[in-house]
Amino acid sequence: MRHIIAVLLENEAGALSRVAGLFSARGYNIESLTVAPTDDPTLSRMTLVTTGNDDVVEQIKKQLNKLIDTVKLLDLSEGPHIEREMMMIKVRAERQDREELKRLTEIFRAKIIDVTDTSYVIELTGASKKLDAFIGAVPEGLIVEVVRSGPTGISRGDKGLTI
Amino acid sequence: MALSEAQSVGADPERPERSGVELSGAEIVIQALADEGVEFVFGYPGGAVLHIYDALFRQESVKHILVRHEQGASHAADGYARATGKCGVCLVTSGPGATNAVTGIATAYMDSIPMVILTGQVPTPVIGSDAFQEVDTVGITRPCVKHNFLVKDVRDLAVTIRKAFYIAMSGRPGPVVVDIPKDVTDPNIKIPYDYPRDVKMRSYNPVLKGHPGQIRKAVDLILQAKRPVFYTGGGVVLGEASAQLTDFVRTTGFPVTSTLMGLGAYPMTDPQFIGMLGMHGTYEANMAMHETDVLIAIGARFDDRVTGKIEHFCPHAKIIHVDVDPSSISKNVKVHVPIVGQVANVLADMLKLYRELAPRSDEQPVAAWWTKIAEWRGVDCLQYDRNSAAIKPQFAVETLYKVTDGDLYLTSDVGQHQMFAAQFYPFDKPRRWINSGGLGTMGFGLPAAMGVQLAFPDAQVACISGEASILMCIQELATCLQYGLPVKVILLNNGYMGMVRQWQEFFYESRYSNSYVDALPDFVKLAESFGHVGMRVDRPADLEAAMTEAFAMKNRLVFMDVIVDPTENVYPMIAAGKGHHEMHLAPSLSDRELA
Ligand SMILES: Cc1cc2nc3c(=O)[nH]c(=O)nc-3n(C[C@H](O)[C@H](O)[C@H](O)COP(=O)(O)OP(=O)(O)OC[C@H]3O[C@@H](n4cnc5c(N)ncnc54)[C@H](O)[C@@H]3O)c2cc1C
Ligand SMILES: Cc1ncc(C[n+]2csc(CCOP(=O)(O)OP(=O)(O)O)c2C)c(N)n1
Ligand SMILES: [Mg+2]
Repeated sequence: MRHIIAVLLENEAGALSRVAGLFSARGYNIESLTVAPTDDPTLSRMTLVTTGNDDVVEQIKKQLNKLIDTVKLLDLSEGPHIEREMMMIKVRAERQDREELKRLTEIFRAKIIDVTDTSYVIELTGASKKLDAFIGAVPEGLIVEVVRSGPTGISRGDKGLTI
Repeated sequence: MALSEAQSVGADPERPERSGVELSGAEIVIQALADEGVEFVFGYPGGAVLHIYDALFRQESVKHILVRHEQGASHAADGYARATGKCGVCLVTSGPGATNAVTGIATAYMDSIPMVILTGQVPTPVIGSDAFQEVDTVGITRPCVKHNFLVKDVRDLAVTIRKAFYIAMSGRPGPVVVDIPKDVTDPNIKIPYDYPRDVKMRSYNPVLKGHPGQIRKAVDLILQAKRPVFYTGGGVVLGEASAQLTDFVRTTGFPVTSTLMGLGAYPMTDPQFIGMLGMHGTYEANMAMHETDVLIAIGARFDDRVTGKIEHFCPHAKIIHVDVDPSSISKNVKVHVPIVGQVANVLADMLKLYRELAPRSDEQPVAAWWTKIAEWRGVDCLQYDRNSAAIKPQFAVETLYKVTDGDLYLTSDVGQHQMFAAQFYPFDKPRRWINSGGLGTMGFGLPAAMGVQLAFPDAQVACISGEASILMCIQELATCLQYGLPVKVILLNNGYMGMVRQWQEFFYESRYSNSYVDALPDFVKLAESFGHVGMRVDRPADLEAAMTEAFAMKNRLVFMDVIVDPTENVYPMIAAGKGHHEMHLAPSLSDRELA
């Protein structure tokens, strides 16, 4: 099963490589990993997406918790949560394709954030599936470049993953 | 140097406070070690640590032991830690100094041994420039340490060293590397020294007490057990819980088996002890595992050398598991009652509750189970040919036991000799059997014995080894001479990498590919050339007298080259992928009807 796990880490040099190293050393799957400092500059928040059966995911969480830099961990998939990923996609936009792409952008509530005579850069935020769908909807051969942030997530309700 | 000198060095709680004094980074390193109560630093100098070596030279509270190879430093610190329960410390230079120490760091990591390893690093401005003797020590050691640090500012040095000791010693112990660039130890930059007494880390809070609800569940299960077994491991030794374990086991009257790493935590000569379990465990221990209905696992990690094939592991049992590291629980084998906590606390709580709830009765609660175990014991699975003309390795270990009166610190290398020692030397105390179980590092034994002998200068310390293993850290014989360490090396010389040869005999139709140890040195002369006493014995009848003579030389290192039967195998053996009930027994037993 797919799990999305949020981790609060000490914002120390090397904390990220400890997590990455853990996954490769123990042969765990890792689909994506995003990390950035939080409002408290001494803390980083990481979101990682992994797959595995229940036992494997349980071990992954225990091993993450065991890292000395890990302050707190939450498996967002265990409760109601919101997941968002950001994508920027550069497409060839010429003649009638310009209109088509604009319409697609509206339908998906995306934004065109860069325009040239021959191209657009479109920004889209949403659940990963929605980004997949957008990519699927772009007419054949128009995609120049896709960049995705990997998912981040937050739990619903008034409780927060803080210290 | 006399040993008594070494003994007098050490922690002094009455030591004058040095906080507030202006010190350089190098001086801070040494003062911090002194404040930690460190007696010995095992190390080897080099460019990146020269400032630190200069600071060492100008003080007396921390004693430096100059090894002959950095692997020796890490194993010696490890041996010291295993024997004393204190933190082992080493100091090595950047680049090759650090890489040489890695095998010892990984060895300590696999067996959860507390160590602090100080490594020199190139100066901060040139980090990343492929500078002379630069390696990414933090990167190289990351997968084999509990934690590591790179200190980039002298003001972080004292607190980082304090954290390193705290992390190494608390929770599930382990090695911690502190990488120190040369400029951070600059003798010309002095700052006020302040060593933090306490350290709090919001991201690291090891659990101490077990959950009362879980303890209750465990005791309920234990009270219902018909065929219970205690399966104990290195965690009992590491957690200083030998007394609590012994109390609990004696109170319940249940049988107890131990992993290789837990030997001695429960007295091995006690009738309730049914021998080691696992790949080379006893018939009775492994059969009891196979038949048990309640398995009480204490500070053991369900290693594959213990479980055999997981599908066959304890097929009838409800499993209780006490461990301080949640990630050890249900990692390989799913357990029914997990208890996270320090063994000593959990065992004491369990015993208290057990005493409250157990019905008063004089009857042995699991008498039928003991009858069954007695039958398995009757098989006498460790029997060997006592009339052999060649010295049997088993006989050599039995003789060692006799000559040392069971009062010995025994370190080991890796191979058949290690297994024979585990099977034939019954330790009655923890921290007496010192060996590399998890990594299985050949070369561990001799340097580890140095660490033990330094810690206990008056104790009998021996290293059991094989002719292949001993050559991996033989250079440390020089260290032993320099510091007057009267270790006894018991070399079970079978002319083969015996353990490898045994697998090739069993699983590769006796094709002995590269397991014959050709071109061996004359070990007697070799020992003598290092300034020690060498002895060779090749007849069973001479062994006891020779060993007695060796141990009588209280102030000399004696290297005993004991020529043993080259064809002997370690039995019982569970082949990889087999269950506990599928043991290979000694040829003399294999045609017998087994219980
Ligand atoms: C040639 C060879 C053959 C071997 N054959 C065998 C064999 O036949 N049988 C065998 O048993 N082993 C054998 N081994 C050793 C084996 O590889 C493992 O090292 C060993 O089984 C692990 O022992 P353990 O489970 O006690 O774990 P350890 O490595 O000692 O781990 C200790 C456990 O206790 C926990 N712990 C630590 N401190 C505490 C505390 N204070 N409170 C609570 N929990 C704590 C830790 O988290 C960990 O889970 C062999 C090794 C070699 C090299
Ligand atoms: C550093 C290292 N290399 C290789 C091995 C694999 N290995 C395990 S036992 C063994 C043979 C040991 O031979 P010896 O020291 O003579 O001991 P014996 O088995 O003969 O008692 C080898 C090569 C190891 N454990 N460690
Ligand atoms: Mg050999």
